[in-house]
Amino acid sequence: MAEEIKKEAPANFKVTIDNITVEVAPGTTILNAARQIGGDVTPPAMCYYSKLKDSGGKCRTCLVEVAAGSTADPRPMPKLVASCRTTVMDGMVVKNITSERVLDARKGVVEFLLINHPLDCPICDQAGECYLQDLSYEHGTEGSRYEFKKRVFVKEDIGPYIQLHMTRCILCYRCVFVADQITDNRIHGVLDRGDHAEISTHISKAIDNDFSGNMIDVCPVGALTDKTFRFKNRVWFTKPVDAHRDCDKCCGKVTLWQRGNDVMRVTSRKDEWGEVQSYDGKPGWICNTCRFDKKKTSDWIIEGPTNINRHSVISQGHYLGLKMPKETLPEVMGGRNPKLLMDINKVSEVNSVELASLPGPATSKNFEKKEH
Amino acid sequence: MGRKLLLEKAHVENIRLYDVYRREGGYRSVEKALKTLSPDQVTEEVKKSGLRGRGGAGFPTGMKWSFLAKPEGVPRYLVVNADESEPGTFKDRYLMEFIPHLLIEGMITASYALGSNRSYIYIRGEYAWIVDILEQAISEAKNNGWLGKNILGTGFDCEIYVQRGAGAYICGEETALLESLEGKRGNPRIKPPFPAVKGLWGCPTVVNNVETIAAVVPIINEGGEEYAKIGIGKSTGTKLISACGNIKNQGVYEIDMTISVEEFIYSDEYCGGIANGRKLKACIPGGSSVPILPANLLLSTAKGEKRMMTYESLSDGGFATGSMMGSGGFIVLDDRQCVVKHTYTLARFYRHESCGQCSPCREGTGWMEKILWNIENGKGKKSDIDLLWDVQRKIEGNTICPLGDAAAWPVAAAIRHFRDEFEWHVQNPQECLTKNYGLANYAAPLAL
Repeated sequence: MAEEIKKEAPANFKVTIDNITVEVAPGTTILNAARQIGGDVTPPAMCYYSKLKDSGGKCRTCLVEVAAGSTADPRPMPKLVASCRTTVMDGMVVKNITSERVLDARKGVVEFLLINHPLDCPICDQAGECYLQDLSYEHGTEGSRYEFKKRVFVKEDIGPYIQLHMTRCILCYRCVFVADQITDNRIHGVLDRGDHAEISTHISKAIDNDFSGNMIDVCPVGALTDKTFRFKNRVWFTKPVDAHRDCDKCCGKVTLWQRGNDVMRVTSRKDEWGEVQSYDGKPGWICNTCRFDKKKTSDWIIEGPTNINRHSVISQGHYLGLKMPKETLPEVMGGRNPKLLMDINKVSEVNSVELASLPGPATSKNFEKKEH
Repeated sequence: MGRKLLLEKAHVENIRLYDVYRREGGYRSVEKALKTLSPDQVTEEVKKSGLRGRGGAGFPTGMKWSFLAKPEGVPRYLVVNADESEPGTFKDRYLMEFIPHLLIEGMITASYALGSNRSYIYIRGEYAWIVDILEQAISEAKNNGWLGKNILGTGFDCEIYVQRGAGAYICGEETALLESLEGKRGNPRIKPPFPAVKGLWGCPTVVNNVETIAAVVPIINEGGEEYAKIGIGKSTGTKLISACGNIKNQGVYEIDMTISVEEFIYSDEYCGGIANGRKLKACIPGGSSVPILPANLLLSTAKGEKRMMTYESLSDGGFATGSMMGSGGFIVLDDRQCVVKHTYTLARFYRHESCGQCSPCREGTGWMEKILWNIENGKGKKSDIDLLWDVQRKIEGNTICPLGDAAAWPVAAAIRHFRDEFEWHVQNPQECLTKNYGLANYAAPLAL
């Protein structure tokens, strides 16, 4: 066996991303190689979705610099490349966060994505789990240089379950690929072109396909949101729990977003890259019955709390009795405490309130300083 | 008098008709290629000729043909890009309108070289009447045995189809063209894979400009080496230039790439000088998307050499002091023209024509247009000029297809060479509405 493999070209390609070398199978994209390393090395991806064929290449946030094409041809690539659509070569050297050029270009892309974005996060259901929010925090600038009226669209009702906010859309095309690839006919798409391009249907209220709800899950921003969850709650006040049920249409494995004992909404389970989880190599898309109709805990078999990234705002109200992480800074700094302008724990009670234990949305009353 | 290879017979009466075209020596190249040359030999001749793509990028055609993947049992396609939408470029229109058979003849030979049994002409929707001309030419060629099955008894089959676009500039980009040809939305594809490997319907495809394919005819007739003798250096053969703007004689000219830009503008054989006795201020030498040059840099390079109408000479000095041959859309501006307004017009065009697929181009083109509108209408700030520079810099090179670059380059070049005109607009918001910055020192001799 081992000898057979040796005869072929090297089974694995070695690729170095930000000075970290990883071995990946030929045909892997730079982005997926970086995901194998994980952490800050991974370029952000707004339009690429590994479970959707042909997705990616459009948002340009994942641009990286290729400092050496391969061992055989070590010339650098002249332009920045979209890491989600460029496959690795053996001996390729990629620069992501170590390249000033990349960071500058990415900053530009974030600015472009935001100039026409309404920034209506306070009333947007996606806030808290929005990838554009994360992206702007990480790579954006503090202000905008755009001084013109933002783009607006004629409102379009696309169907009974899904709310379309075209102004928030970044035209990642993911929902178009979902409709193309997992529903049996696509009736929405991109109309018009340029900065007046919009996601829409030719016939109003027409989207009612059984798997159309997955468009909500793939949408990186708040352009497509769940009508049954609209304005009901903020995601960080809800507790995500994994649950399943026997469904004849889909895998039936979901995340329930609960507030107390109420199921506020149902989504598919997401992996660490914000994509729908795969089971036995098949993406776990869920059907509209599971998503929109089964809103009682008795419909589901609860498995347990969903693992949420510690850095996500959702995890802040997640567990009761959360222990503070151990402070290691004084240790690292030889016993000295870090110099803080303000210690949030001393001046605010925010972190002392168990948001998940509140019966309703948090109000200022809950945060009033208690007299000791 | 320069040599004419493409337009030599363009003014023979009724050359549009097959009988006249054939009497004037038409279809000789097909006979020669199919009967005496192998497909590889045809490609070899094109390589020897040094022919460079006439659509804008100037990539060597022979090389492009030899990159075509040839897997067993997979059809290959030749697609002719007649989606001539670049503002200032109208050379293909002239060619197809007057001598459609030249294109058909070139296509048969090229199809033979590439092994394409079905070749397509993707023509822009606005050229509706040319579709009729081409289709008539195709049916005439077919009736006379130049198309169809077993052409000239050589066993080579070839059909040519004409497909009309629906009015999108972006469909002139080769992969967007292929998408549109397949009946989809004209969004450019992400490369690689290149069309030479995965093109039309996933099969190896060569996309060539109309003029490139037409140039195959004289190359085969005269031989690649003879063709390469015309011109200077790597700019071989003849090039069609569509001249427009403030010149006396607008129109399509065939030049043999040995003349200087000065001669082209001022000689009576070509443009005949600037109209109405005005002075030359600036010029875009290769269609709207290439950098604009002020008069002094247009007529001579930064090194002080005479600028010639060749690929190398026009791009001498890079984008800092040079431009590009592009598609040969020669737009001349006289001293009454306002470069800011002109740049705004171009920015508006690119904003309108961006496909909206990738974010820098979709958002950036609109932003640039708005800033330019402000500057042009006396509402600009000094910082807007730097902002404009930064926006174009963030579009350029970061997009899927070259439309982003095409939108960024004219703006960049206008700021690079005409910054004082932009600043004048910002500093004199009232005056700029009624007056013009004029020629200023744009024609002054270069300080070497």
